[in-house]
Amino acid sequence: MAITLARSARTRALRNRLRPGDWVFNVLVTAAAIVVILTIAGLFYELIQRAWPAITKFGFGFIWNTTWDPPKQVFGAGAFVVGTLVTAAVALVAATAIGVLVALFLVEVAPPPVSRPVSYFVELLAAIPSVVYGLWGVFVLGPFIRDSLGPVMVDYLGWIPFFDGTPLITGLFSAMVILSIMILPTVMAVSRDVIGAVPRSQREGVLALGATRWEMIRMSVLPYARSGILGAAILGLARAVGETLAVTLVIGNRVAIPHTIFDPAYTMASVIANQFTEVENDMHRAALMEVALLLLGITFLINVAARLLVWRVTKGQRAVVFE
Amino acid sequence: MTGMAGRDLSLYRRRRATDRAMTAVMAGAALVAVVPLFLILFFLLREGLPALNLDLIREAPNRPGRPGGGVHNAIVGSGIMVGLALAIGVPIAVGCGVFLSEYGQNRLGMVIRFLVEVLAGIPSITVGLFIYGLIVLPQKEFTAFAGAVALAIILLPIVARITEEMVLLVPRSLREASLALGAPHWVMVVKVVLPTAVPGIITGIVLAMSRIAGEAAPLLFTALGNQFDSTNLFHAMDALPLRIFVYAVGPYDYWHQQAWAMSLILVGIILTVSLVVRALFGTRVTIRQ
Repeated sequence: MAITLARSARTRALRNRLRPGDWVFNVLVTAAAIVVILTIAGLFYELIQRAWPAITKFGFGFIWNTTWDPPKQVFGAGAFVVGTLVTAAVALVAATAIGVLVALFLVEVAPPPVSRPVSYFVELLAAIPSVVYGLWGVFVLGPFIRDSLGPVMVDYLGWIPFFDGTPLITGLFSAMVILSIMILPTVMAVSRDVIGAVPRSQREGVLALGATRWEMIRMSVLPYARSGILGAAILGLARAVGETLAVTLVIGNRVAIPHTIFDPAYTMASVIANQFTEVENDMHRAALMEVALLLLGITFLINVAARLLVWRVTKGQRAVVFE
Repeated sequence: MTGMAGRDLSLYRRRRATDRAMTAVMAGAALVAVVPLFLILFFLLREGLPALNLDLIREAPNRPGRPGGGVHNAIVGSGIMVGLALAIGVPIAVGCGVFLSEYGQNRLGMVIRFLVEVLAGIPSITVGLFIYGLIVLPQKEFTAFAGAVALAIILLPIVARITEEMVLLVPRSLREASLALGAPHWVMVVKVVLPTAVPGIITGIVLAMSRIAGEAAPLLFTALGNQFDSTNLFHAMDALPLRIFVYAVGPYDYWHQQAWAMSLILVGIILTVSLVVRALFGTRVTIRQ
C-alpha cells in the first residue's frame, strides 16, 4: 500500500515536471503548422500590395485589355491570359486523353510485370526539371516541329482554323506539346489511383452480366471514377497554368493574341520570368506583380476545386503523391 | 431462330472487336506515354556526354564568348542554397507534419491539411515574387538567402505531407507501450514515434531535395544568378537550373553544350536518387517537379 502510494506520488510528480513539455511541444508544432497559413496569406498580401498601383490604375480591364506597352506605362494582361488558357487547355485535353487511357491500361489490362515499369517510367517524367524540358524543347522538339511535323500539319490540316501559319522553333504549338508531356504524369498517377479505388464489386457486377472488359470499363469503372478523373485533370491544369521555365523557353515570347497554333505568344508565367528583372519603370513592375497575382488566384481556385474533387472520391485515403 | 442466333453472333463479334480495339488503344497510349522520357534521356546523353569534363565542374565560367570554363559557381551555389533551404524548411515541415498527425483531428487540422495541399500546387514563380517583395526589396539586394527561403517554401508542403503519412504508419502498439511506461505525449512522439518514422521522413526529404535542386523559377528574382564564384549568403548566387536557363537562351554554341552537360548532371542526380529511394522504400513515393 505504502509502496503504491509512493510510486503514484512519484509518477505524479514526474508527470507534473514533464507536463510543461507537452504544452511546449504542442505550441511548437502548432506554430510550425501556422507557418503554412502565414505563407499563403503572405503570398497574397505581398502580391496585392506590390500590384496595388496597377490594380487601382487599370481596374478589372487589366484582365482582358491586350495593350502591354512598358514605355507608355499602359498595361493589360489579355494576351498573356489568352496564351496561358489556350496552351493549358490543349495540354489538358491531350494529357487527360492519354493519361486516362494509360491509367486504364495499368489498372485493368496490364499484368504487374508490365504495369509496374510503365507506371514508373511515366512518373519519372515528373522528376525532370522544367528547365530541362525547355532545353529539349528548344533544341530537339522545336527544330522537329519547324522542319518536319509543322509543314506536314500545315499541308494536311491547314484547312482547319488556327492550323495554318508558319511553324517556327518556338511558338504556341511547341508549348502545348511540352506542357502535355509535363502534366501527363500528374493526370496519369491520380487517375490510376482513383481508378484503382473503384470497388471490385462494381466490376464484377457488370462482368457477371456478360460484359466485355471494355464494356465493363465504360459502364462501371469510368462512371464510378468520373469525378476523381475530373479532379486529376484539374490538378494537371493547375500545373500547366503555373509552368514557367519550359514554356518561357519554347513559346516565342511575343506580346500579341496568337492567330494560329504556330504563332509565338506569351503566358502569364513566362512574361513574368522574362521581363521582371528588366522592368522599365515602377508601373511595369506593379503590372507584372498583378499578372502574378492573377496567376496565383487562378491556380489557387483550380487547386481548391481539384483537391475537393479528389478528396471526395478517395474519401481522404490519399496516395502519396507529390506535385 | 437461326436468324436471331446469327444476329447475336455478329453482335458478339462486334462487341469483341470493340473490346480488342480499345485494348490496343490503351496499350498504344501507354507506349506513347513512355516515349518522351526515352527521347529526353537519349538527347541528354547524346548532347550532354561529349560536353562533360572536369573543367566543367572545377572552373567558373569564362568571360561570355570565350569557349571553355565551367560552371563551378552554379554547382556550389545549388549545393549551398539547397542545403540552406533544407535547414530552414525541414524543421518547420516536420513540425507541421507532426502537428497534422498528432493534433490534426480538429478543424484547424483540416484547414492546415488542405492548405498544405494547396501550397503544393502554387506556381513556384509566384513564390519567387513573394520572397522578392518580402526579402529582396527591403534589403535592396538579390541574395542567396532569399533564394534558399523561396526553395524552403517549395519544400515545405512536400515534406510536411510525407511526415504526416509516415508518422501515421507507426504502429499503435508502439505508442501505447510508450504511454503505458508513463512517457508524456511529447516524449512518446520524439523518442518513439519520430525515430520509427525517420526512414520514411528522410525519403521525403531526399525527394524534396531533388525537386528543389531542379527549380529555377523561384530563384530568378531572389538569388538572381551570378557568373562568378560566390559563397556569400548575402550576395547573388548561381544555381544549376538558372545557369541552364541562361545558357539555353544565350547565343554561343559552347553555352548550349554546357547547358546539355549541366542538364545531364542534374537529371542524372535526380534519377539516381529516385532509383535508390525506390529500391529502398518501394513504390509508395515518387518525385514530382
